[in-house]
Amino acid sequence: MTSLPHDLTVMMPELVMAGAGLLLLLVGVLQKNDRSMGMLSFLAIVAMAGSAFCVVMQPTDASAFGGAFVADGFAKFSKLLILLGAALTLIMSLGFFVREKIARFEFPVLVTFSVLGMMLMVSASSFLALYMGLELQSLALYVLAAFNRESVRSSEAGLKYFVLGALSSGLLLYGISLIYGFTGTTDFGHVAAVIRQSGAPIGLIFGLVFLIAGLAFKVAAVPFHMWTPDVYEGSPTPITAFFAMSPKIAAMALFLRAVIVPFPDAVHQWQQIIIVASVLSMLLGAFAAIGQTNIKRLMAYSSIGHMGYALLGLAAGTVAGVQGVLIYLVIYLVTNAGVFSCILAMKRNGQMVESIGDLAGLAREQPRLAMAFAFFMISLSGIPPFAGFFAKFYVFLPAIQAGLYVPAIIGVIASVIGAYYYWRIFKVMYFDDPLSPFDSDLGISLGSIIAASTAFTLLFIVAGAPLIAVAETAAKSLVP
Amino acid sequence: MMSHLLSIITFLPLVGVLVILVAPATAKPVALLTTLADFALSLVLWANFDGHSAGFQFVEQATWLGHNITYHMGVDGISMLFIVLTAGLMPFCILASWKSIENRVPEYMIAFLVLATLMIGVFCALDLVLFYVFFEGQLIPMFLIIGVWGGKRRVYASFKFFLYTLLGSVLMLLAILAMYLQSGTTDIPTLLAHPTFSPAMQTWLWLAFFASFAVKMPMWPVHTWLPDAHVEAPTAGSVILAGILLKMGGYGFLRFSLPMFASASEYFTPLVFVLSVVAIIYTSLVALAQEDMKKLIAYSSVAHMGFVTMGIFSLTHQGIEGGIFQMLSHGVVSGALFLCVGVVYDRMHTREIAAYGGLVERMPMYAACFMIFTLANIGLPGTGGFVGEFLTMLGTFAVNNTVVIFAATGTILSAAYALYLYRRIIFGALVKPGLQAIQDLSLREIAILTPLVVLTIAMGVYPRPVMDVTSASVANLIQQYKTALATDHAPKLARANMPASAATQGAGP
Repeated sequence: MTSLPHDLTVMMPELVMAGAGLLLLLVGVLQKNDRSMGMLSFLAIVAMAGSAFCVVMQPTDASAFGGAFVADGFAKFSKLLILLGAALTLIMSLGFFVREKIARFEFPVLVTFSVLGMMLMVSASSFLALYMGLELQSLALYVLAAFNRESVRSSEAGLKYFVLGALSSGLLLYGISLIYGFTGTTDFGHVAAVIRQSGAPIGLIFGLVFLIAGLAFKVAAVPFHMWTPDVYEGSPTPITAFFAMSPKIAAMALFLRAVIVPFPDAVHQWQQIIIVASVLSMLLGAFAAIGQTNIKRLMAYSSIGHMGYALLGLAAGTVAGVQGVLIYLVIYLVTNAGVFSCILAMKRNGQMVESIGDLAGLAREQPRLAMAFAFFMISLSGIPPFAGFFAKFYVFLPAIQAGLYVPAIIGVIASVIGAYYYWRIFKVMYFDDPLSPFDSDLGISLGSIIAASTAFTLLFIVAGAPLIAVAETAAKSLVP
Repeated sequence: MMSHLLSIITFLPLVGVLVILVAPATAKPVALLTTLADFALSLVLWANFDGHSAGFQFVEQATWLGHNITYHMGVDGISMLFIVLTAGLMPFCILASWKSIENRVPEYMIAFLVLATLMIGVFCALDLVLFYVFFEGQLIPMFLIIGVWGGKRRVYASFKFFLYTLLGSVLMLLAILAMYLQSGTTDIPTLLAHPTFSPAMQTWLWLAFFASFAVKMPMWPVHTWLPDAHVEAPTAGSVILAGILLKMGGYGFLRFSLPMFASASEYFTPLVFVLSVVAIIYTSLVALAQEDMKKLIAYSSVAHMGFVTMGIFSLTHQGIEGGIFQMLSHGVVSGALFLCVGVVYDRMHTREIAAYGGLVERMPMYAACFMIFTLANIGLPGTGGFVGEFLTMLGTFAVNNTVVIFAATGTILSAAYALYLYRRIIFGALVKPGLQAIQDLSLREIAILTPLVVLTIAMGVYPRPVMDVTSASVANLIQQYKTALATDHAPKLARANMPASAATQGAGP
């Protein structure tokens, strides 16, 4: 049996984030000065680094609070990604909020609390712990979406996200209550044991369906994707970047754990739902993005499509499948960090450029920025030799292994259709003539994120093997 | 150095890319020197190649992604000369672009050098994933070459090229994954030695690979991207497209489809024959009606590739060797023809056949070079074009003479469209006012075309060096095919020989 000091040691990374969040809030309130955002962001990044250090130093496979909280290899891997995504968001947002005159100290505080929620989510091994983490992150995210309160579109984004998010949380909670009612436990392991012993009654399957619907909303898989384009477009760009990175990773990691660990003996029940969501997401992501003219909206549909590919790995439900999803998430995270940094870096007379047509001739104005952007687009379309190809490779592999031939074929065809709109941006930047000059000051923070993402995208082909191995270890800790 | 020669040849152009990134002003000379050095190294490779051995040579292997996916490079008689062809055509491409490309020169040279690495890599790769990376990576530089430096409808042409090729190759990717899961490795020599796929699975794998290679080849009816891409691409882009990219389809059939999916290849041979014959006759007729010089040559390429697929799927020694020879000679001849079009295009900025006429009066040297390449394109004995066409027909005749009778009409049609083109451009009265002051070949153009003229005739008169390289590997390929076919048929024969009662029992649960 575990003792309280032991439990707290296991939770050390989360405690660091919780303490940091409270401290930042205190400092922010006492300062009463909106310019303190830069300093607080810096402190938040330091706290994230400290938390990441604790994650790395933790003993593997520890659990706390009677098994409701686990810190296995899978959770550690996901937490590092979440922290990385959040830290990148804070770095890339430094200049933006000051320039747009919406700098407020709450931003780093909200990011810190949402990260805490995400870390609890990916470590949750009981439905109650899961729900607590999920709500903590969601509430912080609703406020973040509406962060630019002077802008109607930002407020609209926040409200939409809140209403639909609350609905999905309700579905999730209803599913959890059904699962609890039919198994008598909320612990993932015990649920699995009950199903193994006495099979899955129809009520439990209902609970499972509601659970998956709620989780599909969080990862924005079709048919629960409706909020994504509006929230992506309306939110301030660094917050959109944040939505595209950490919460997606946390939700996908939670999705993996919450269906694989409690329901290993109900694979056939959940597999069909996930296959349908995956195929529909891939197709919608490919077709709906073609008509978009706003690049943030385009990235929203792109993220829907990418979550479809990641779900294909989950549908396989094997170690290789989970490994594929993890590799996919890493590559997706880094590429998105690069893409959104590029979007933030493109300005004309101090105004943000968000329309795709405005990118015309970027290759001549700013060859290096255009090259990086082109690499990200090609990588997102899954063409070798860039990292995105290997992301697709490692999710299609388990899908074929699990005999999911038809979804895989639909997936590759959707990737060809998707390639069209990614390459259209490539075309606009390289083939078309420039309209009017871009501002050329990139800024050191954006510049270094872009450089690092480009290096990762380009060099994954020669140096990706260690990451693939680490993802395999993490996947093995999740799938028995 | 010898043990890493293939990697050096493959990645040397990337060193040139780095130099150009650092010093963009030196793009042209750096690109030329890099490609020349690469060509020299490929000749060293050829000189050290042992033609009597059918196995892979200059093999390199290193760990890569783990789980039996390795960095594995090597050449055999089938791939050897394609590497020389690729490395050899590159300096011509750079020279041909010397004057005609004026804007964004560093980017142009970088695109070509990256393309060189990827093309050579395709022929060296001995791992399916590595092969796929090289194969599909080519889309990026080629898309740029057509789209940035192309003609009026360049955007349409580049997207058409991109989407056609991509759709074909993603299906191949799924097949590669299936092969990996079935056999646990993506190592090509291992798969060649122990092809382990059941006949039913082979059918699907064959079709997936066929989707990719048929588009690349291109075979009728998925050839329509080619004329558009050729017309819009700059001269050097057309040379690469016709000279090398089209050969990857044929190479893929030889490397994967025949030895790895033997019974599926046997099953689908009639389909390939029919498509080849349609390509030969139909596209030749289409070529006759063209008004654009590049489009005409593009359609003639499709027809010539029809001979290649026919020869390859005849599965006779002559047929396959003829197919390889046809690909090599077509690489030289069609490349040279596109360069010839480029010569007059650089002067008049039109490719319309009707805009020319009577050029022989002002450009006698040009007329002579163009004539030799035209005759080689027809397949006149004594030129490189003859040997390949003759061997493919000879090889196929032994298997299916109906096909050859149809294919032979293609040679007549090729004479028709090629000579018709030549007459309209070179002969006739010099009446167009714009042509009065046209200049004959410059020194740079002579330096480009002379080696190609010599090579075209040399290949026709003395094809032996090519055959020496390919012969052992082709014999080995046919052996592998026959062994694999026998293994696939063995269970069926055993079942047929069983007594009837045992057979019904065996069919039970």
